[in-house]
This record gives sequence, C-alpha cells and structure tokens, in this order.
Amino acid sequence: MSKNTFRGGVHPFEGKELAKDAPLTPYLPKGDLVFLLNQHIGKPAQAVVKKGDHVLAGQVIGEADGFVSANIISSVSGTVKDVRKCKTVLGTSAMGIIVENDGQYTLAEGIGVETDPATLSNQDIVNRVKAAGIVGMGGAGFPTHVKLMPKNPEAIEYVIANGAECEPYITCDDQLMRSNAAEIVKGVEIMLRLFPNAQGMVLIEENKPEAIAAMKAACQGTAVTVKEVKTKYPQGGERSIISVVTGRHLKLGVLPADLGCIVDNVTTIRSIYRAVVFNEPLMERNFTVSGEGTANPSNFNVRIGTMMEELLEAAGGFKEGTDPEKLICGGPMMGFPLANLQVPVCKNNNALTVLAKDPVAEAQKQMTACLRCGRCNHVCPEGLTPQQMAVAAERKNYDRYENKLYGLECIACGSCTFICPAKRPLMQLFKQTKAEIMAAKRKG
Amino acid sequence: MAIIIATVVVAVIGLLIGVGLVYTGKKFYVEVDERIPQVRECLPGNNCGACGFAGCDAVAEAIVKGEAPANACPVNNAANNAKIAELSGAEAGESIRKVAFVKCAGDCHATSNKVNYVGIDDCRAAVMAGISIWECDYGCLGYGSCVKACQYGAIRVVDGVAIVDRKKCVGCGMCAKACPKGLVELIPENKEVAVRCSNKDRGPETKKVCTAGCIGCKLCTKQCESDAITVENNVAHIDYEKCIGCGKCADKCPAQIIHRL
Repeated sequence: MSKNTFRGGVHPFEGKELAKDAPLTPYLPKGDLVFLLNQHIGKPAQAVVKKGDHVLAGQVIGEADGFVSANIISSVSGTVKDVRKCKTVLGTSAMGIIVENDGQYTLAEGIGVETDPATLSNQDIVNRVKAAGIVGMGGAGFPTHVKLMPKNPEAIEYVIANGAECEPYITCDDQLMRSNAAEIVKGVEIMLRLFPNAQGMVLIEENKPEAIAAMKAACQGTAVTVKEVKTKYPQGGERSIISVVTGRHLKLGVLPADLGCIVDNVTTIRSIYRAVVFNEPLMERNFTVSGEGTANPSNFNVRIGTMMEELLEAAGGFKEGTDPEKLICGGPMMGFPLANLQVPVCKNNNALTVLAKDPVAEAQKQMTACLRCGRCNHVCPEGLTPQQMAVAAERKNYDRYENKLYGLECIACGSCTFICPAKRPLMQLFKQTKAEIMAAKRKG
Repeated sequence: MAIIIATVVVAVIGLLIGVGLVYTGKKFYVEVDERIPQVRECLPGNNCGACGFAGCDAVAEAIVKGEAPANACPVNNAANNAKIAELSGAEAGESIRKVAFVKCAGDCHATSNKVNYVGIDDCRAAVMAGISIWECDYGCLGYGSCVKACQYGAIRVVDGVAIVDRKKCVGCGMCAKACPKGLVELIPENKEVAVRCSNKDRGPETKKVCTAGCIGCKLCTKQCESDAITVENNVAHIDYEKCIGCGKCADKCPAQIIHRL
C-alpha cells in the first residue's frame, strides 16, 4: 500500500468536470430565508428574535444552548416573518426563523473591522469562533469551538485542512482553494497558534491539480505544507484522513484530538480566518449545484438560509430535454434525497446534485441474493465485514452485530453498497440497524 | 457363552443406572407449584411477548407467584382469565379484548406517492431514508413492518395502507411497536368507532394531500354525548374510557373519517 492513501475505498464516477471550472460566484437571495435552529450536532439553538423584529446581517438570531451547540446568524437584513416549524433536508421538521430579505444587507455593528490576530489571546480566538457560530462545514456540523478546545492542546501534533472533497460532482471546495488559498493558509496559521506543538497541513486529492498549485503557492514561506493524496472515496472522511496522515485508526468513542489530530474542512478554516480577523460571523458558504440534470452546473457563494429552489434556478434549472429522476442534498454517495426544494441551505450543506438518471433505482431492479464474493470486505475503509454484518442485521442479531462484528464503527460511506455486484442495499440496512441499536441503548 | 456374558453385563449396567436415576430423582426433586402448569394451560401459548414476560411459561409463573395480575396476558379471553384467577387466587379484573386499529385511510386512491422510494422493503428503513414518500407526511407507508411483526396473520397491506382483520387480531400490540409512524392504536373491541386519520396539519393543508383526511372540523365533538372526543393538533381523538360506542360521531363525520368498525 502506498503511503498516501488508506485501506479500502472505491472509485466512483467522479463527474467533477461538470462544475470543475465554474468559478465561485456570489448569489444574493431573492425570496425569504429560513434559518433552522439545528444546523449543527448537539442541542438546537434558542431563538432570540420574534415575529416582526428587524434584524441585520450578521446579527445573532439564535443563541447557542449549552456547550455543544452553535449560534445561528442572520445572513441578510430584514424583518422576521415567523418563527415556526420548517422542513429540513432530512425530510423532518425543525424550528426555523423565517426572515424577509430587504435587499440592503446592512451589516450589524463591529463586523468587517480588521484586527491583527497577533494581538488576540488564544481565548479571544476561540470566543470569536464561538460567537461566529462556526460549525464543521464539510457535512457533520460539529461546533468548531468545541474542537478547538481539546483537553490537552500541547498533545495535538497535526492541524489538517481537509480539501480532499472525495464526493462525486462536488467542486465547491476545489474552487474555494483556487480562489481563497491565502485565507485558508492564514486560517491554518491561526489554528496553529492554539496548538504549539502541531504541524499544519492541507490535504488535497490528486484530481485537483489547480487547487494543489494554488495552495502550494500560498504555503510558500509558511509552516503549512500541502499533502497530495490518491483520489479515492471516502478520502474526505475524518477517519481516512487521520489514517493517511498518521497511520493511526480512529475508533468509536475516541476523538481525533485523542490521536493528536484536529481535522477541519477548508471551508470551515476559511470561516475561522474571517471570524478571527474580520470579526465576521458565518453568513456565507460555498455551494455546488451540479449533476447531469442541471443546465449550467455552477459553484456559488451563497448566503446561509437561501432556498435550494432559488439556487437551482440560478444554475439554469433543469437541463432541457432531461427529466431529472433524483435530487440530492450533498453528493450521490452520502447525500440525502430531497422530496422538494423548499428547504434552506444550512451551514453544513455543500451541494445540490441533480441526477438525470437514478442509478440506484436501476440497480435495485437487478438485486439478487448475496454472492458471498467478499468485495464489500475489501473496500470497507473501516476494515469491517459488511457481508457478515448484513446477515446479522437481517436476522436482527444485534448482539453479534455490535459486539462481534463491530457494526457501530460503520461510517455509512456506502462503499460496500457501491461495489456490491448483487446490488444489495447494505448501507441503508446498516444505518437502520445502527439507529435501532442506539435507540435501544437510549431506552436502557 | 459370549452372548450370555454380554446380556448380563448390559442388564447389570441398566440396573445400576436405573437405580441411580431413581435415587437422584427422589433426592434432587424440585418442588414445582402444581398450579403453574395449570395456569399455563389456560394461556394461548404463542409466546408472543405482548405481556412483557419471556413467553407464556414465564408469565404463568409470575401469575402464580402474584407478580402479575390474572389478566396479565392481553391476548387471553375473559373465560380463560376467570379460570386463571380461580387457580391463582388473584382478582380476575376486567378484561375487555382489545384489537389493533390503523389510524390511516390514505390508500393509493385517496393520496398519492410523492417520490419513488427504492431500498429496503420495510417502513422503518423507509423512514430512515428521510424523505416523505407519500404526499401526506403522517400516514401509513405501506411497506408492512406491522405485517412482519404480526404472528397471527391479522394485518395486511391493501392499496398501500395496513388493515387489521378484527377477527384474527388478538391485541398483542406488536404491530403498534413496529410502526415507525405510531399509527396503530389498541382499542376495546366493544367500542366500534375509530378515527381513521393521523394528519396533524391544518384542514386546508390536509385536504390538499389526501381526500381521506381529518380536517378538524369538530362536528364530532358536538355530537358526542359523553364528551369522549377531542380535537388535538387538528385531528379528532376518541377517549375510549369515556366512549360508549353509540356511533353518532361516525354518522355525522362529513368526510367519514370516523368509521364504524
């Protein structure tokens, strides 16, 4: 095994050429915006505005409730239309604040004032990140200020900026690295201040040569290095990254910080930079609208809370002559299927993928019994045995699933389902089984 | 000669083992309450687990020891419960047979599919996929998790909605536990009315997605003489403690959401 990759993994169709060279263009929302209060892992924020209030761009409209929680920030100025249950990308409902955009984008006080990060103490940096409501923008949505406060900051050996972007079709991180390389590097440097013994690193897959060149140029003369890794799914997963960089393996109940690593998406790191230096809260993010069913696959800088429907329209809507079969929030491997586009972009959503043909539906028709070929065992990045796990899950033998086969370690990357020649829906089965085991545990 | 020796040896071994067995049988005899097998006889014997014990043997023991009431088995009928009460000396208590009821009538004629779901044929898996498959977010999905849970073959999916066979249903409640949407309610057999909808949206929104939805018009609450019906979250709910089963609500319900069973 070469050094710059991890064990297992698959090579799905990349589809990156569709939106690869579309530059990040700012998109200003036209309609109302919805700010969901649970855009992060942990406790939902508490709404601090009510119907009829006037809010400014950058104003805190939802306050973090507890340690593992994050502030919700209005990305536009306007009037609060309502605070009620709204649809989320997961198909469930959650409390959200609906803001009518006045089109002025009047900033709240104190935003955009440049400060030299050298004058800030470490606690100031964490406080600014916390106030800005920054969460993991690669998908998980874990509050970043919690990540920046490990028990033992001296033990951190690596600060890794994750620019792998292994999901097919998505190119927004690629574009961000090309256009904002300097800001990302400065963001890593700010993080390195918090961890004196750490080494900064930007990890990029080989299929993004322009981004690698841009990042390398920006890293000149800094302590940050660029690491090129083999293009393979799921390289962008936290566990895969730690495995590539350190050779250590993250397991359930172990935090990356325990293994001496802090991994953050490049988008998150850029937001950290903006928050610390310009005191700018998290209002924007990069977002890809791509897939064979889109007229003009594009990358946008969108205001958080913008409706997905508007973004699809901005990308030219559905491609003429196609009748798209599937809409996905995120990429095709780990994204969530969407039943409608009346859902807002959250801090952790990075793409809208429109597939002209639904390969899953096609595959489902060809499903056969398990062939016991063992390909799933080979590709599992966690070294699990999906074939055995599926048998245990189908028989509802949860004890074996959890304690003998370590099924809870599954990261739901979908590599097993992708490779399965019998077209069995393995990942869905594991997700369901995991949820049922966790539910039984909560009950006690 | 050899055959005689063999016969004798086998006979002696047999005799020794026999004596040993009789001795140990007497010496280590475990006193079993003779009522336990008798109570067990009166139980259905499906080991469905609806009582919360590990099968019929376990609940029989619990009843005799006084750890469970005589009507601990929700599946048992009144006659058998009375017999158990007599045997165990516990109070028989009131036992009305309950049957499962699916609170949704939104089949493929009343509402329609919003998305094309492909994946595991199971309601729980479909819910995990995170999309609302039917136009109505609250209704029966029709992938039959309840059908798989029922040991009595009393529930089946017709046109995308689960329907309970009231004759076969024993009221064990396993389908209610299996339903991820919480649509199955156990209702007393003698109260023959039920609300066949769970849509919590407001009337106009409900009407848009399903023709068989409760719009929360509250006509039924006005009809009810025993104050058993309340409209909460835009859907009617019958309190079976108060309901007398007259069926006046069912007669008045404009969309026939309240059914006579």
